[in-house]
Amino acid sequence: MYQHTRLKDNNFGLFQKFKNFDYVLFFCILLLGFISLIAMYSTDGGEILFHTKSHFTKLIIFTLMMVLFSFINIKFWFLIGYFSYFVVIVLLIWTYLFGIKSSGSQRWIDLYFINLQPSELMKIFIILCLAKYFHRMKLDKINSIYTILTSLIVILLPMGLVIVQPDLGTSLLIAISGVAVLWFVGINHKYFIYTMLGFLLLLPFIISFLKPYQKLRVLTFLNPDRDPLGAGYQIIQSKIAVGSGGLFGKGFLKGTQSYLEFLPEKHTDFIFTLFSEEFGFIGSALLLLIYAVIIYRIVAIGASSRSYFAKVFCYSFGSAIFVYITINMSMVLGLLPIVGSPLPIMSYGGSSMLATMTGLGIVMSAKVHSQQAIA
Amino acid sequence: MINSSSENVTKLNSINRRMFITGSLKFFIMIGLVSRLFFLQVKENKKYLTLSDKNRIREWKLAPIRGEFHDYFGNVIAGNFEAYQLHLIPEQIEDFRYVMYRLKDLLELSEKEFQKIVKKKNAIKPWETLIIADNLNWKKFSKVNNQLYDLNGVKPVISISRNYPYNENFTHIIGYVSQANEKDIELNDIIKKNFVPGLKVGKIGLEKSFEKRLIGSNDIERYEVNAYGRRINQLEFQKGERGKTLKLTIDTEVQKLANELLKDKSGSISVMDIYTGDLIAMHSSPSFDPNLFVFGINQDDWQIIRNNPMKPLVNKTLQGNYSPGSTIKPIVALSALENGIIDTNFTVKCNGKTEMYGQTYHCWKKKGHGFVSLRNAMKQSCDTYFYEIARKLGVDKLSQTAEKFGLGKKVFGDLFDIEKNGLIPNTEWKKNALGKGWLLGETIITGIGQGYIQTTPIQLCLMTAQIANGGYKIYPKIIVNDKENIIPNDKFTPLYKNPKNIKIIQDAMFGSTNEVMGTSYRSRIDDPKYRFAGKTGTAQVRKITEEDRELDLQTFEIPYEERDHALYIAFGPYINPRYALSILVEHGGNGSTTAAPMAKKLFKKIIDRHFLRQSMNNKKYMEI
Repeated sequence: MYQHTRLKDNNFGLFQKFKNFDYVLFFCILLLGFISLIAMYSTDGGEILFHTKSHFTKLIIFTLMMVLFSFINIKFWFLIGYFSYFVVIVLLIWTYLFGIKSSGSQRWIDLYFINLQPSELMKIFIILCLAKYFHRMKLDKINSIYTILTSLIVILLPMGLVIVQPDLGTSLLIAISGVAVLWFVGINHKYFIYTMLGFLLLLPFIISFLKPYQKLRVLTFLNPDRDPLGAGYQIIQSKIAVGSGGLFGKGFLKGTQSYLEFLPEKHTDFIFTLFSEEFGFIGSALLLLIYAVIIYRIVAIGASSRSYFAKVFCYSFGSAIFVYITINMSMVLGLLPIVGSPLPIMSYGGSSMLATMTGLGIVMSAKVHSQQAIA
Repeated sequence: MINSSSENVTKLNSINRRMFITGSLKFFIMIGLVSRLFFLQVKENKKYLTLSDKNRIREWKLAPIRGEFHDYFGNVIAGNFEAYQLHLIPEQIEDFRYVMYRLKDLLELSEKEFQKIVKKKNAIKPWETLIIADNLNWKKFSKVNNQLYDLNGVKPVISISRNYPYNENFTHIIGYVSQANEKDIELNDIIKKNFVPGLKVGKIGLEKSFEKRLIGSNDIERYEVNAYGRRINQLEFQKGERGKTLKLTIDTEVQKLANELLKDKSGSISVMDIYTGDLIAMHSSPSFDPNLFVFGINQDDWQIIRNNPMKPLVNKTLQGNYSPGSTIKPIVALSALENGIIDTNFTVKCNGKTEMYGQTYHCWKKKGHGFVSLRNAMKQSCDTYFYEIARKLGVDKLSQTAEKFGLGKKVFGDLFDIEKNGLIPNTEWKKNALGKGWLLGETIITGIGQGYIQTTPIQLCLMTAQIANGGYKIYPKIIVNDKENIIPNDKFTPLYKNPKNIKIIQDAMFGSTNEVMGTSYRSRIDDPKYRFAGKTGTAQVRKITEEDRELDLQTFEIPYEERDHALYIAFGPYINPRYALSILVEHGGNGSTTAAPMAKKLFKKIIDRHFLRQSMNNKKYMEI
């Protein structure tokens, strides 16, 4: 067995790697990329303008990056697990100190060629870090106070740094990524239940700490019609756009809600609304199916991975992606209050795509090196 | 790794079990999302499609084009013109102050006007249209249009507005329009339905009475708009209906003459066709320019009109209740004849005054008229004679005849909301209204048109017309071929018991104008084509005291407010009469010197234009 492993270790030839490559997943990602380009083209009003061009460039660069990442041995990702986490923490601190202010929040840092949003990256690297942390952990230690406290600190630190930006939505998504890992590594389910109950009990208390605009969002979610031109506007218009799409949609470039600018933030958080308006229930269901296939492939890769690290990463990442999609869609369909959360790959935004593609690259790497054991 | 292989298995079991739980959860959540999508997009599709259309399609109502008023010959007396306006909607403007200061410069607004606009802006809701200027000249309008790039949100609008080319001539007939206020909108459904900011509606006169027919309906433009309300493209244009044009029976030339005759005087002239009831002219003086009101009258002009002692705002023809004075005498005489109280041979001796029931009643002629018959009494307007026959007749019989001939009730019914009833007193009325019994002395002064009796000039005109046409009932009208105005069946029913009596009255009126000693002899026209018959009247404004009688002042020596009202009623041409008129000059002094000469000029004009008027009729029939 030893021998065999070592042999395999050295035997990851390029040919083998290509053979191991997950073409279904890759095809789905490309398809999604293509759909996102179509949607972006539509947001530009049927012309190739800034958003389409920029999204196209990013899509090309990050897809290539993902392919590149998939050929890097999974051991490397294991190796940089803690390091990358700390780098992003430093970037978050940097953001806090010197970040670019825009519309009331400080989320970006200027890297000259790109404005980076480190909180997006944290969504991936927190999984990497925690997966590494639990990789070698003994079963009896997993549920020890020490472990739980450490992992909570690992989660709460970036959360805090993101909340002060302020960006409640992303910090919650980071927490969800982290909690997903804790769930999969086998932290006692009682803790989750207790935390949930505690959270519910503390909810009124937490609400009193919310900023006025956040309270407004919650109130608006409960009753969008209380201020249809103000706080409720986004959600009402979004529902109208989706609802008016019908079974087959209004047709490509014919979505009146987006074309006439009734849709807010149609490039980013509300891109699904635009797509749904133009392509209807059939298109939307198809898009959901593509996402479902992607998530299924991620989970399958995790299941077939030999190393615990890769398994934890794939499961957690798959679940995190699923949560992002669910939150985004529930939000635009009026099932959840408005929280800033992009739809992976579809939404315009470099950092979000960078993070997603990095995650997918690591998953691909796990697939390519599925027989790689990590000591 | 070796020693922990069993542990690894547990670990793997745990993670896979939890993955299974998570996976199932994901599956149900996915189902949930898809069903939500299905609910919104398929089940509720109709609702959201409607909402989406409501979002993107916006209607713009444009002000309807108001119907015009034409005179009998087709001249436009209330028309439309294109007014250049500037509108803006405050909420669509980024920097209101900046835009306003720019406009102040461009339009050369005074500080006062500027403040007025700012005040107006504060009074309206931010999404309501603010009218910056309602009637710009072309130069300023084009200047603003050239600067529009800098005035984001300012909308140049070409709007149809009211124009009264004859200025003050028709004001008391057609009234005027002005911007609709909240009360107008609330009280009138058709205004509510067609309302757009800046809509002008009738405030008084026929403009108000015929609002329903004049207003027309809005043009409706349907635009696709974006979220900011900017129009993207026009989807539909629904043409509105223009308001109906109303043709009046009025002859502008006669109307203008009436205005000229009453220039600088306070009074009224009405001219009527004695068979059709067509109003040929109806004027109340002084009048005012209705164009001043169209865009809102300024304070100075308003004060001038309001403070004019001659009361231009009062329509004296319809609203003015005056003692008819001697113009009631034809009716008194007719009533006496009809009731068999007197005949043509009945005479009374006039000594200048007569004593009845312990009171002295004076004739206007101090020396008296001697023995007078009916014809002479009418001709010379002998008061003593009429005191006597009124006494014999009694007020109740007199009031019956007077009411039959149209006195004491509205001539136009509901057409003008300002029209007054006048008052024809009788014993019952006094008992009900004043709670006192009728005194015989009151009958006597009623016989010369003084006391309680009050008539409006238009009633006198109708009365004269009905005497002139041989005593047949007519219904005056001012709109040509008004199909909605149903004329009752009793048109042309005789108002007399004996047609001879009407002839006698007509003849007496002829004498009054065309024979020596007649009160209006000096105003006669000898040419039979124009010859007319009339009756003067002088209504006392206050009781004449003994002192006054002794002084016997000339009219110009008495203060204006105390001078008598001058009246004149007439019909002509005497042979085959066609037209009747009534003239009133407030504080004009004396009917024969002030009012009667106007009739002379009027009849010249009216009869000259008679054939033109007839030819209009004939042409109309030929077209059919």
